[in-house]
Amino acid sequence: MSTMLHIINKSPTETNSLDTCFRLAKAGGAILLIEDGVYAALAKADHAKKITDRMNDYTFYILGPDVAARGLNDIPLIEGITVVDYEGFVDLVTEHDVSQSWM
Amino acid sequence: MEDYEEPGPEIVKRFMYVNRRPPHGTIYALECLEVVLITAAFEQFESLVFIDDGVYQLKKDQDTTGIGTKNFSKTYRALDDYDVERIYVEKESLEARGLTADDLIIQPEILTTDELREIMAQQDVVISS
Repeated sequence: MSTMLHIINKSPTETNSLDTCFRLAKAGGAILLIEDGVYAALAKADHAKKITDRMNDYTFYILGPDVAARGLNDIPLIEGITVVDYEGFVDLVTEHDVSQSWM
Repeated sequence: MEDYEEPGPEIVKRFMYVNRRPPHGTIYALECLEVVLITAAFEQFESLVFIDDGVYQLKKDQDTTGIGTKNFSKTYRALDDYDVERIYVEKESLEARGLTADDLIIQPEILTTDELREIMAQQDVVISS
């Protein structure tokens, strides 16, 4: 079975990309939050539960420059999500057999 | 017969701009802001509303150097200079995202859904983005 990196770039309160990803992604995979997808990581938001409920199923990553762009550096993000930069993004893509962008 | 009202600059309409999208993933937020700044010159009765993910547009401390795009969030501070003074944020949208008024780059009026509904019902033109 191939390892898969799931890339989410939409806000969880704007589209159902993250919900659909959770419905179809096999446990053990990696999920990277980029662009508006980073809002899913807000620890104090009502929608935080979406990710905290699935922490044991997937490894979560978030793209740092997209967090900073949205002014989220000073507010709590969900613990256990690894922040990566663009080089880390490339590493994730090369470390997994398949990348799936949930556009 | 009703009096014919000559159209002209003396007719002031109530314009409301409704923002529902986050700032950087799409061009909607920036485009709406530019429309508001341009139309402010026509001295209409304008209001700017932020609901749903639109409240993210006003998050303070945005730094877009890492993504190489324009940080237009500072422009919201200039709205006052353009006499765009009616800026409303829906309380429920803010709270659902774990944000407070202290997290915002400007000090808008925080309204409940019920209050916002009444103001929205009074508008002549509503432009949503």
